[in-house]
Formats: sequence, C-alpha cells, structure tokens
Amino acid sequence: MTDRNAKTDKSGATGGPEKTGPKTMGHEWDGIEELDNPMPRWWLWSFYASIVFAIGYCIVYPAIPLARSATAGTFGWTSRGDLKADIEKVEAGRAEFMRTVATTPIEQIDPQSPLMRQAVEGGRAAFKVHCVQCHGSGAAGSKGYPNLNDDDWLWGGDRAAIRQTLVHGIRQPDDDKTRLSMMPAFGRDGILTADQIHDVVSHVRVIAGQDKADASARRGAPLFEANCAVCHGSDGKGLRQFGAPNLTDRIWLYGGDRDSVTATVTNARGGVMPAWGQRLDPATINMLTAYVHSLGGGE
Amino acid sequence: MAGHDDRTGGSGGLYVRRADIFPRAIDGFYRRLKWAIMAVTLTIYYVTPWLRWDRGAYAPDQAVLVDLANRRFYFFDIEIWPHEFYYVAGLLVMAGVGLFLVTSTVGRAWCGYACPQTVWTDLFLHIERAIDGDRNAQIRLRAAPLSAGKIAKRVLKHGIWLLIALLTGGAWVFYFADAPTLARDLLTGDAAVVAYSTVAVLAFTTYVLGGWMREQVCIYMCPWPRIQSAMLDERSLIVTYKDWRGEPRSRGMKKDAGAPTGDCVDCGACAAVCPTGIDIRDGAQFECITCALCIDACDDVMARIGRPRGLIDYATLEDCKAEAAGAPPVSIARTMLRPRTLLYFALWGVIGLAMMFALGNRTRMDLSVAHDRNPLWVQLSDGAIRNAYTIKLRNMESRPRDFVLTLDGLADGAMWESLGNEAESARTLRFSVAPDSVDQRRIYVRAGADGGAAEPFAFTLSAADGAHETDKAETRFDRPGDQP
Repeated sequence: MTDRNAKTDKSGATGGPEKTGPKTMGHEWDGIEELDNPMPRWWLWSFYASIVFAIGYCIVYPAIPLARSATAGTFGWTSRGDLKADIEKVEAGRAEFMRTVATTPIEQIDPQSPLMRQAVEGGRAAFKVHCVQCHGSGAAGSKGYPNLNDDDWLWGGDRAAIRQTLVHGIRQPDDDKTRLSMMPAFGRDGILTADQIHDVVSHVRVIAGQDKADASARRGAPLFEANCAVCHGSDGKGLRQFGAPNLTDRIWLYGGDRDSVTATVTNARGGVMPAWGQRLDPATINMLTAYVHSLGGGE
Repeated sequence: MAGHDDRTGGSGGLYVRRADIFPRAIDGFYRRLKWAIMAVTLTIYYVTPWLRWDRGAYAPDQAVLVDLANRRFYFFDIEIWPHEFYYVAGLLVMAGVGLFLVTSTVGRAWCGYACPQTVWTDLFLHIERAIDGDRNAQIRLRAAPLSAGKIAKRVLKHGIWLLIALLTGGAWVFYFADAPTLARDLLTGDAAVVAYSTVAVLAFTTYVLGGWMREQVCIYMCPWPRIQSAMLDERSLIVTYKDWRGEPRSRGMKKDAGAPTGDCVDCGACAAVCPTGIDIRDGAQFECITCALCIDACDDVMARIGRPRGLIDYATLEDCKAEAAGAPPVSIARTMLRPRTLLYFALWGVIGLAMMFALGNRTRMDLSVAHDRNPLWVQLSDGAIRNAYTIKLRNMESRPRDFVLTLDGLADGAMWESLGNEAESARTLRFSVAPDSVDQRRIYVRAGADGGAAEPFAFTLSAADGAHETDKAETRFDRPGDQP
C-alpha cells in the first residue's frame, strides 16, 4: 500500500530536517511514530452528543451517589419500583389460576388436565421451600421421614388423604383434627418383658418374610395377637385409620433389622409433622397435594 | 489514517470535513457486471419472502421463514429445529471457507460487487445522477445558490432515497413472519411494535449509510478491508495500475522533448469514477473496493487514443511484476487455478457435500431420555425397584404421528406413564405426538430388586405409521447398593 502521508503536508513535522511529511504527535517508539491526524467531524459530534445525553440522563434518572442514597432523578424511576411492578404483573397473571386451585377440591381435578400439570409444577416449587428439610429435595425421605415416592402410605395415599395430612399434620398438639395415634412403649412402660419383646420381634420378622419361623417366633404369635393386632391387624398388614404401618411389606420407616424393630417395640415411635393448614394458603396446600400425589406412589 | 490529507488539504483543525465525492457515470464490462449483480441481489432480497411453499396444514407455507417465536427455520423443503442448529453452523463454516476461496482467487469481489453497502450506495448514486445530472452537474449544483429548482431536486432525491430505505427495511421483516399477513398489518397499523421499529431502524440506517456515509462506511466503520487485505496474497486478483506501462504520464510533458512517455494521459477519468474517491494510480490502497469502474474508465480512454486496453486492470501482483519484466499478459482465468484456491474449493465442497448428505439422512423423530437422579431408585412395598425417567419425544414432521416406545433389555422390567397407572405397566407403550412438537413425559420403570447393580438397558422409539424410523436412547436401571 502506498503511504500517501509521505507526500507533502503543509503542516509538516516540526523541527525535523525535512519540511515535508505528516504531522506527528512527537511520540516515537522504535521508529514508530504517532500521527496527529484530525478526527472525523461526525465522530466529534457523536462524542459531544453523548456528553449532552449523559448530563440529561443524570438529571432524569438516579445517578449520582450521595452519602446515604443517590439522586432521585426527575422521573422517579427505581429498579425496586420496576421489580415491584414486575411482581405485581406476574401475580395478576397467576391470580386466576391460584383462585381456581384454591377453590377446586384437588381430588376433583382431572389428572390429565393442564390445570393439574400447573398445580404439580407449583407444588414442586412449594415443596422445595417447605418440605425438603424433612423429606429431602427428591421427596425420598430418610430414616423416620417417609419416602413420598414409594407406594406405602401410613395414612392413605389418595389426594384427599394426602391433603388431610398436609392441612392438619401428624400428631400436632394444637390441631384438633390432626392425625393422631400412639404406639405403646411396650418395653419402657413394662407391658412386655425383654424376652417377650424378643419373641414378638421374631414373629414380626417372620410375617415380614425376613426370617424362618422358629420356637421364638411361635411364642411371639399369641403375644402379637394380644398386644399388636388391634392396630396392625392379625396378619400385620397395618391399619391406616391409626397410621399403623404394614409390617409385611419391604418398606420400613425406622428400619427392619432386628435391632431397629426391637427398639421400636421397646420405646414406640411417633413421628410428628406440622399442620401446614395453619401456615400455608389453600392454593399452596392443593398444589403440594398434587405434587406429592404425582411422585409416583399416589393412589 | 492514510489518505485524509489529500482530501482535506491538511487543514490540521480539530475535525476534518469529508470531501464530497461525485463519481462520474461510466459504462463498460465491469459496470454492466455490477448492474447484473445488483439486479440479482436486490431481486433475491425483495422477492424471497413472497415465495410460497406448501408444507401441509400444520406448517407455514412461506418458502423462507425465520420463525423466532416457534423457533423454527424454514428454507424451502428444509425445516431446521433449534437442536439442528449445526446446519447453520455448517453454513457459517462454508461462508468462512468461501470467503477464503473468493478472496484468495478474485480479491475483494465481495466488497466491490455483492456487499449490501456497495449495492445500495450504487443504487443511491444512480438515483442521484438521474436527478442531479452527472459529476460536473452535481458539482455545479452544489455550488449553486439555493433556488426553487435546487430545492425541488434535493427533495425529490431524498424522497426517493427514503422510499427505497423504507422498502429495504420493510422487506427485512417479511423474512420473520408470514409476508402477506404482515404487509397488511403494517399498512393497517396492526403490526407489532417490534416490526415497525425494525422497519424504522433499517430504513434509517439504509438512508444514512447509503445516502450520506457511503464510502465512509467502508473506510472508517467496516473491519472487512483490514481482514480481506490480510487474506490476499501476491497471486490474488486486485485492481492494479500498471505504472511500468503508464509512467511517465504524457500530460504536461513537452511533446517535442523526445523523452519517452507512458500510456497514461493523466486524464483523471479513473479517479473521477471512483466511488471511494481514490486514485488507483497511487498503488493498491485499502480504500479500494475493487469495483473495477476505473478499469472501465481507463479502457474507454485507451480505446480512444488507440492504445491497448488494460492500463488499469485486474491483475495479480506476481503477474504484474512478470509483465513489467516483459512477460506476456496472463489471462484472468489462468490466475484462478492454483493449489491454494483448489484446496479451499475442495474444503468448501467437502463441507457442502457432508451437509447435503446429513440433510438427506436426518430423521424427523427424536427420543431423549433423562434418568431421574433424585432419588435414583425407589423401593416399592412388594420389594420391587422403581426408576423414573423423563423422556422427550420429538415429532419433527408437520403431521401427527404415532410412536411405540419399547423397553429394550431389563428382562423383568415393565413401564408405565406417570399419569397412567402401574396396573397398566407393560413392555411397550404407544404415544401420539402432535405435529411439529415435542412431547415430554415421565416414565416409570419397575423391575425386581435382584439383578446386576446398575443394569444398562435402552428405550427404543419406533414410528407406528409404517415408516422404518427408529431411535434408541441408552440408559440404566439403578438398584439399592449401586455406587452412584
């Protein structure tokens, strides 16, 4: 490329031996010189315009930080106000859905309907806030905290039963409709001796299919009939009315090994769940019901 | 930047005023080539959105449509989904290699002929000439005092420019919505704000860039000249003034001095027709967009004074050197074929063929499976283990389709849909998927607690409408005791 700066320029370099050549800034580094070319006019005007714009912007929008806050700006605009408006917009958009979910009995919503899908998603979010502390983020529970994904339900797993459990909780003293039952502490309270408990546990392990019947289990059968069958049934399949677990299935809330079952019989168990009806609005309760029911074990 | 001082006389002030350029009209081979390319490119731009293409009841019948709202791209028979965006990536790679190919072969042909800035500026210049007259008339008109005639001409010129600008912006939005509907909505005031603002912005930029800024876009704003200059080599075609033939220029020389003179008569025609306002005789310059109008102008003069054409010509630097040393001129076609260009062409062709092959063999259904990880497995009361999967069924055809999902492996396994019932568990499930949509479902799979730890198996999706399309998604079944 031809360097046309090499041609005559009346404003030429100052002080050089030659009077011709481009005007430079006088900076030089390794023989590289900085030219002093004028700027394009449109560029300058854009620059001035942006300065004017910036001044105007500082006046109409909050811009200059002061000791405690910032200048308010003549428009009164704030990002907080923007957020508030956004939230109001979202809530207005959801109002219709929330009203429907709150007023429709959850067991009457068609499981295939878009309303139910929406409710499940809303319940998923609410679950993450209120329920994960005990039941885990995947609702898989842990020892003493039921796994809501499986098909074993102490108090019933249809939507009405789940909703009842949610609203009134389990063994909540301040809710008179709460799910309530109490297993006797057969060992601690001296109802059964340690030997008898051993025999009952042997029997339970037989009906649960974990052990073969032996002498101990045979001694335990009448003890079970006399002390346990009233809640768990003669066959040990449990009774939801009392929240009495099915002892013949493979799911053990507090563990199914001999030590765990012995501890359960000796000291009894009694999990507690808050009555969420006192804390959450009906729409959220219904959405949680829909979500828990959708986890795969709902009846 | 090199070049300013010539035009400004080195004013040295704080800012420099652009020197107006009044390119003279010229006729010749390259001018006619430019007309042809302008006609083709503008026709493609304005007409394409109005082409119809029947795709059945469930898809739009616009031949080329970028449907941003539904995230589909329609190009005649090809429909691109977002997950198939690699076709667009492939096109971009082809465009990149194509740029290497074209630039290394014929230099800055893009700049000179096909760049929208060049095309619209050329169109605007032509309108200017039609109204104000050619170069000299334009210069006179600018110097003339304001009169009714001058005002009328100015209003007419800017009016037509604005109209073209408006049509240009208007045509752009038609690529993004059904053109006839949008055209009606635009005229009746029913179109979306974004449509109007897009039209307004594009009309404004077309008017300003094409009417006012012209070569300044190429010189100051566009990065292309720098990039393309770097892609040229000494065997790429560029517009060159053959100074060994032209110099010394004959004008101003005493005819009887007896000194040998070159072919250049210093008539200035080459500079007068240049749309970027340069003098090609100063050598190759980055401002040169290789539009070749100076070649037309010079050939015209050479014909009149009875000298061979090609004093200014497309030539490679290498050939120029050889010619200066006395070698015969090299034909343009011969400079194009060389290892570098052939390699680029081969690459470009391979990518193109690979894309066409991929397009021809792609399936229009897709299955993806995500294994639920929280919890990995659930033990059921009868001791069986249940895993959950979120599956996505894509039906990419514009008709409703039935699919069969099969459990492949997992001998004692059975599956059911979340909204269904375990009692309906089976080895195969049947789904209907709406046209052109993705269906997301949760699938539960149950199997015995015994078996390998993490047992691999697959879901197989096959079309139930007679087509032999299948898609398989490998996954695994987890049981208690698995090490995650």
